[in-house]
Amino acid sequence: MTRKKITLDANEAVAQIAFKLSEVVAIYPITPSSAMGEFADAWAATGTKNLWGTVPSVMEMQSEGGAAGAVHGALQAGSLTTTFTASQGLLLMIPNMYKIAGELTPTVFHVTARTIATHALSIYGDHSDVMATRQTGFALLASSSVQTAHDNALIANAATFDSRVPFMHFFDGFRTSHEVNKFEQLTEDDIRAMISEEKIEEFRGRALNPEHPFIRGTAQNPDVFFQAREACNSFYIACPEKVQAAMDRFAKLTGRQYRLFDYTGPADATEVIVIMGSGAETADETAAFLNAHQGKKYGVLNVRLYRPFSVDAFVKALPATVKTLAVMDRTKESGSIGDPLYLDVVTAISEAIAAGKAPFKQSPRIIGGRYGLSSKEFTPAMVKAVFEEMEKAAPKTHFTVGINDDVTHTSLEYDNHFHIADPKTVRCVFFGLGSDGTVGANKNSIKIIGEDTDNYAQGFFYYDSKKSGSITISHLRFGPKPIRAPYLIGDGDANFVACHQFSFLERIDILKYAAPNAVFLLNSIYGPDEVWDHLPREVQSDIINKHLKFYTIDAYEVAEKTGMGGRLNTIMQTCFFAISGVLPREEAIKQIKKSIQKTYGKRGEAVVEKNYAAVDASLDYLYEVKVPAEVTSTFSRRSPVPAEAPKFVADVLGPMIVYEGDSLPVSAMPVDGTFPSATARWEKRNIGLEVPVWETDLCIQCGKCAFVCPHAVIRTKVYDPKELSGAPATFKAIDAKFKELPGMKYTIQVSPEDCTGCGLCVETCPAKDKTNPSRKAINMAPQVPLRESESVNWDFFIKIPEANLDAVAPTTVKNSQLLEPTFEFSGACSGCGETPYIKLVSQLFGDRAFVANATGCSSIYGANLPTTPWAVNNQGRGPAWSNSLFEDNAEFGLGMRLTIDQQNEFARGILSTMGGELGDELVSSILNADQTTNQGVREQRARVAVLKGKLASSKSPMAKKLLGVADYMVKKSVWIIGGDGWAYDIGYGGLDHVISTGRNVNILVLDTEVYSNTGGQSSKATPRAAVAKFAAKGKGLPKKDLGMIAMTYGYVYVARVAMGSSDQQTLKALLEADAYNGPSLIIAYSHCINHGIDMRKGLEQQKLAVNSGVWPLYRFNPTLAEEGKNPLVIDSKDPSISVKDYAYNETRYRMLTQSDEARSELLMAEAQDDAKRRIDLYKQLAALQQIAPDQN
Amino acid sequence: MVDLSTTYLGLNLRNPLVASASPLSKHVDSVKRMEDAGVSAVVMYSLFEEEIIHESEELNYHLEQGTESFPEALTYFPDLEYGNLAPEQYLELLRKLKASVGIPVIASLNGSTLGGWEHYAKLMEQAGADALELNLYFVPTDLRLQAQALESGYIDLVKTIRSQIKIPLAVKLGPNFSSLPNFAVNLANAGANGLVLFNRFYQPDLDIETMEVLPNLELSTSSELRLPLRWIAILYSRVKTDFALTSGVHTPEDVVKAVMAGANVAMTASALLHNGTDYARILLRGVSEWMDKYEYDSIGQMRGALSQKNVQDPAAFERVNYMKILNTFNPRLP
Repeated sequence: MTRKKITLDANEAVAQIAFKLSEVVAIYPITPSSAMGEFADAWAATGTKNLWGTVPSVMEMQSEGGAAGAVHGALQAGSLTTTFTASQGLLLMIPNMYKIAGELTPTVFHVTARTIATHALSIYGDHSDVMATRQTGFALLASSSVQTAHDNALIANAATFDSRVPFMHFFDGFRTSHEVNKFEQLTEDDIRAMISEEKIEEFRGRALNPEHPFIRGTAQNPDVFFQAREACNSFYIACPEKVQAAMDRFAKLTGRQYRLFDYTGPADATEVIVIMGSGAETADETAAFLNAHQGKKYGVLNVRLYRPFSVDAFVKALPATVKTLAVMDRTKESGSIGDPLYLDVVTAISEAIAAGKAPFKQSPRIIGGRYGLSSKEFTPAMVKAVFEEMEKAAPKTHFTVGINDDVTHTSLEYDNHFHIADPKTVRCVFFGLGSDGTVGANKNSIKIIGEDTDNYAQGFFYYDSKKSGSITISHLRFGPKPIRAPYLIGDGDANFVACHQFSFLERIDILKYAAPNAVFLLNSIYGPDEVWDHLPREVQSDIINKHLKFYTIDAYEVAEKTGMGGRLNTIMQTCFFAISGVLPREEAIKQIKKSIQKTYGKRGEAVVEKNYAAVDASLDYLYEVKVPAEVTSTFSRRSPVPAEAPKFVADVLGPMIVYEGDSLPVSAMPVDGTFPSATARWEKRNIGLEVPVWETDLCIQCGKCAFVCPHAVIRTKVYDPKELSGAPATFKAIDAKFKELPGMKYTIQVSPEDCTGCGLCVETCPAKDKTNPSRKAINMAPQVPLRESESVNWDFFIKIPEANLDAVAPTTVKNSQLLEPTFEFSGACSGCGETPYIKLVSQLFGDRAFVANATGCSSIYGANLPTTPWAVNNQGRGPAWSNSLFEDNAEFGLGMRLTIDQQNEFARGILSTMGGELGDELVSSILNADQTTNQGVREQRARVAVLKGKLASSKSPMAKKLLGVADYMVKKSVWIIGGDGWAYDIGYGGLDHVISTGRNVNILVLDTEVYSNTGGQSSKATPRAAVAKFAAKGKGLPKKDLGMIAMTYGYVYVARVAMGSSDQQTLKALLEADAYNGPSLIIAYSHCINHGIDMRKGLEQQKLAVNSGVWPLYRFNPTLAEEGKNPLVIDSKDPSISVKDYAYNETRYRMLTQSDEARSELLMAEAQDDAKRRIDLYKQLAALQQIAPDQN
Repeated sequence: MVDLSTTYLGLNLRNPLVASASPLSKHVDSVKRMEDAGVSAVVMYSLFEEEIIHESEELNYHLEQGTESFPEALTYFPDLEYGNLAPEQYLELLRKLKASVGIPVIASLNGSTLGGWEHYAKLMEQAGADALELNLYFVPTDLRLQAQALESGYIDLVKTIRSQIKIPLAVKLGPNFSSLPNFAVNLANAGANGLVLFNRFYQPDLDIETMEVLPNLELSTSSELRLPLRWIAILYSRVKTDFALTSGVHTPEDVVKAVMAGANVAMTASALLHNGTDYARILLRGVSEWMDKYEYDSIGQMRGALSQKNVQDPAAFERVNYMKILNTFNPRLP
């Protein structure tokens, strides 16, 4: 069988091998490993077979802990089993890893090495997770590139069966897992040749079997545990040799020779870097460059098998001449003497010298460096700095590289403009919007170049953290030699720079990437003769000074004419090929069309034809711009934040906003991960092409537009008419229609620069023009003409003091919207279905809320830097927000409750003794305050303010103590927020326990029915008949009824809400949950991009979900039971439409009809039945006659 | 025993009752049930080119929406094979029907581009359709579009399709043509083997509470028979095509009327949807009984008996309602 050269990322390259060698695959989504599980599930769904001709059983579990347990069980029962994970997920597997290793069970876990959350979460790559498993007894095999990851996936499997030691095969998260690179694909023959059937039979022979039973997993006492623990030693001693043997067998097969420790460099090297993972490639290439160009004697030792660590192999690999070793760790162990690889190397050298095994008699100098945390770039410039440090007489023994540590001065300086790229390697950088398809096009380009030419090719893609309007940066390299450059194209290093969105030039330094004489391609609505005049000074200057060849195309017009909408992908791709000359034009167009057919063909001919049309039209719009000799522009790039932004926002967050965060020094960072609230308001993203405009003559002041606004950009305010003096000319106001606030004015104001243009407000607006019903009280209009005037209006509006709202109970939708949101302008998807609920919580309870937020979408749009949406009200109060983990959020929130209650009790205890000093009346009024309403809370806050004033002037020690905790006597509301992946799956055990405690916490489940943040994997909330990742054949079982489970406690407040169906019921449920002095669980239907809907119709889908019976609305209020009433009230009517009528508006359901009609019909019939049975059950429960407690 | 057999588009049919496009033709099982109940041919539901384009673009839009934007969610759906997308879904059903039933299967097509009409017509022929019905379902709303241009466009279309495929070709029309006879002749000259009269256009309702347009398609009633009846009676034997009457065929008498007006076949969907597929037996038995009672031996004998050409009062088909008073005065009487 001939081997093919293909171009893929490492996740797919590894999954191919893992799938072929597995019978059971236990999976759970976690970035950046999720794709491996998705591939496995998709292949199994289409009947792809493993090496032995069976389709592996792929099972999604409720957590990585669960996956590890399932792996353990499957192994014990004798199946070849694997799993994929990263980061926190790997930590959850550790207990089972000890067991699996302790039982000498062959398996391979494939891990995309990712940062472990400490002061902050990070989805990016380093070795902090894999290093946390080095003590488990697993062998740790590292890969440094896509090719080695593909190869090592096989080598690890061969070695585990030969050695019986379980393996963790890891490669760098994102940097390797997501890098697209050309590699030689192993054949089934290769795989078969590497795997010993005999060893597999032995493995099966050791499996549990009632036909010849034994027990494994005993409990042992002090008499024998120790000896038994040592009994496995010989297997670990033998393991490295077996790995090397597998590597040697592999080399015979493929010609690629790996060693446990791969040394490259001169035999007489004096400085050697010891390093593991993708950084080794960079170090290796840089050393070779410096040796060749500067006559250095630098070497690099690439650690492949980190555990079991073979001292013999390690020292044998080192040249005898080495004077200094720099051991590079991609992890940090605070408080340790050094990071783990460093410690291992120090120990290994010491032991080898002592045993006389080292090639040198005297220990070389060993220094330890830390690099690349959370995918921080590790570039040739940094490698050069490390080598140069080693050459110093007194190098830093423990250093960092890649940052500026201006606090403890660990960092090395480096020259950011040092590059080693082969001149024949073409380096291209593309800036695009996520939504314009730039990355997809570049991935196709890489495949075309990699697979249809003799060139090697590499692609790596940077994405920002926003879920709407996000910017992507694609880094493409191609050339005649293999590309070993696992780092981004640097400043002044790109031959080709493309900017697919003109507006980026106004705020981002894009041309810093351009090398002298590079090509610059700009998408612009301005023609070749006028574009120059629209460029900022800095851009003009770079074009002139770097002698850039400047091309422009109006891709927007091509897209418009060919029906591509906002998708510029194939248009810009065609221009790239035309200008870059990597292929002759005709050939390039042929290949682009071939890749279009491959990408879109199965979605129907129409899409293919449209893309073809775009390709054919593109080159007619491509022009070279004649560059003037002088800078003529009169304007500069915009500042990332307004001039009036707070200093921290301007100095620290500002650079991050414009992709200059790498330049921030350590001293700029908070030491403990604490960041200020209310920073999203300073990042004006201007991503909405259209924004809502208020029509005062039609408005009925219902507040629904503001209620549903996912981004809190629509605000309502009632205020004294005198505040209108000095109002901007276009500011709108009408007489307020609030009976509690007579004689006031009312305004609905939109923040144009924060609006994403989702249109939910217009969809929900009930007020229509009687003669022209297409005109509503709020309508969308182009943003650009409104931007300036409405921004002025917004600034004016925000500063207007609101009327006294004491008399306005927030029990109606319109009243609730007078409350200031303290969750605003998040980076959630445009039209997000989750954020309106969070925003409402922030309005109702934000000034007294503690928020425990599970990891997931809501923690990412809620707290991913640079700016964050949790805000403060006009009195400086707002939610106190934190995220612990994914799995422990309910417990995390309960902990907050326990503290609040504890401190409240403590404060009340002290206060009750201080009547004499503070006045009995004040003390009594505080202790006996009714805080069941917002009004009551406000009054208590005023009393506590008086108290604190008195305490501040008191000298008594008790007063001092009370002052520190007095705030706890103002009611606090604990909100535990997360998605269904957390509540139904990974966090369910904790959630169940927390509600069982009876403590007063409010749990808000934002139910999107999939793991939204990781791209739509099935959860137990996924309904029957819907397609999701990990349920590629359509989910065959019904959604778990979490609400029903919670109701069985009897003392848990439970509500199921969908604001698109009933906003009033949603509001009522939130208020009742907060008022209920016990645990509350609110399950909120959250439409989502994962449903495959027009997001503007999200609320309509919510309504249809309720009308179809899929999502009945109810409230289960235990206080009703105390009154002798039935606690369950069903708030929605009997179904009026079929489930089909709701479901087939959504791609997640419809795609099954398009791929497997018979199964889709079967599952849909069952889903209809599910809905009916559930509603029947609820109705029966709601009809039960309740017996009052005292009648029992 | 009366002879119910007829021919339509050159196809020999065992009786004149043909199932027109409806949800019943979307499943092999229900088509088989219709066959068992006596239906002599089935017209599949129309493949709309606009729908093909829409389905493809919509699927692509939702599969692409939000992708390659956010590092943790580079896609949102698994990568499936969509074998059941139009037109493949349609062609596959056509192939299955041909393999499963013995009665002729007539495919139906509504294109939106000339290329689309040609392309899908050929695919339908290749998939085994016994005949093709061109469903000229188009609601002109463009103020600049002239009637002549519209009609000649249709004629050109029929000519083009005729030249591309070999199977019989029927054209299904709406009733709103200024001079239907002339247009019908032109269609015949362009190569149409049959005319299907008439299409029932979707007629949206208005919700005056919500001020919205409501999509709505009600099942036909017998009263709708009159319009096609009149026009088939007028065109019969003057235009050299076969005729199918569709809309309003609910009773055996309706079928008889259709044939007597000159139709080769009477098509029904509403009656079968409303009463179940077995209702075809009742209709056909009723036709037989009627023929027995009135001593007609064959459909051929009946066909066109009450067409304008053969009827006693040919002018009756030309009058409009307000002229009915003239019925009291017959100028031919002495």
